[in-house]
Amino acid sequence: MRVKILYFASLREQLGTPAEEIELPAGVATVAALRSHLRGRGGAWERALADGKLVRAALNQDMAPPTAALKAGDEVAFFPPVTGG
Amino acid sequence: MRIAVQPHDFDAGAEIRALSRDPKVGAVASFIGVVREVGMTLEHYPGMTEKALEKIVAQAGSRWQVLDCSVIHRVGELKPTDQIVLVAVASAHRGEAFAACEFIMDYLKTQAPFWKKEAAGWVEARAADDQAAERWK
Repeated sequence: MRVKILYFASLREQLGTPAEEIELPAGVATVAALRSHLRGRGGAWERALADGKLVRAALNQDMAPPTAALKAGDEVAFFPPVTGG
Repeated sequence: MRIAVQPHDFDAGAEIRALSRDPKVGAVASFIGVVREVGMTLEHYPGMTEKALEKIVAQAGSRWQVLDCSVIHRVGELKPTDQIVLVAVASAHRGEAFAACEFIMDYLKTQAPFWKKEAAGWVEARAADDQAAERWK
């Protein structure tokens, strides 16, 4: 199951990439599981996505809770809390 | 209804005048956010940002009478005194217009994907903004 992942703002800078497409390993079926999978890459990924970090997620361009379920072709985004206005 | 995310400036007067053409409109409340003290770069999530603003405006419309409204948010490089955001709401009476305008602004600050970066780094989200949005629940 392939998904597209986008990163914004400080997260994009820390991770050094704005976007990627990955094949989800078996068992990675939610936003929280994907975050945890990415954290497993270590280094900047481990630091930027650590449990204590405030990271928001969107699924197909809607704010999504960690429990949101993923399906093939989804667009997932990770970013820090928003600061517009 | 006009929702725009754009790098260029906006003419608040023209936007407000455009909202008061309907004879049912008795009040237009507006808010303009301005860059204070230091310049910044605003990043957004193309597609989601517009969608989030549409949702916020729809929520406001379900709570108050919103005859028309205009939400414009700038992105890219901005310098002190530049306008960042306009929220203007037209209603029959001022109470609804004020409330809907403030609600849209409070939700925009906590729900719409925009991020500010200053020379010193990325601006941190403020708890006070979350509290401002919470009081509408």
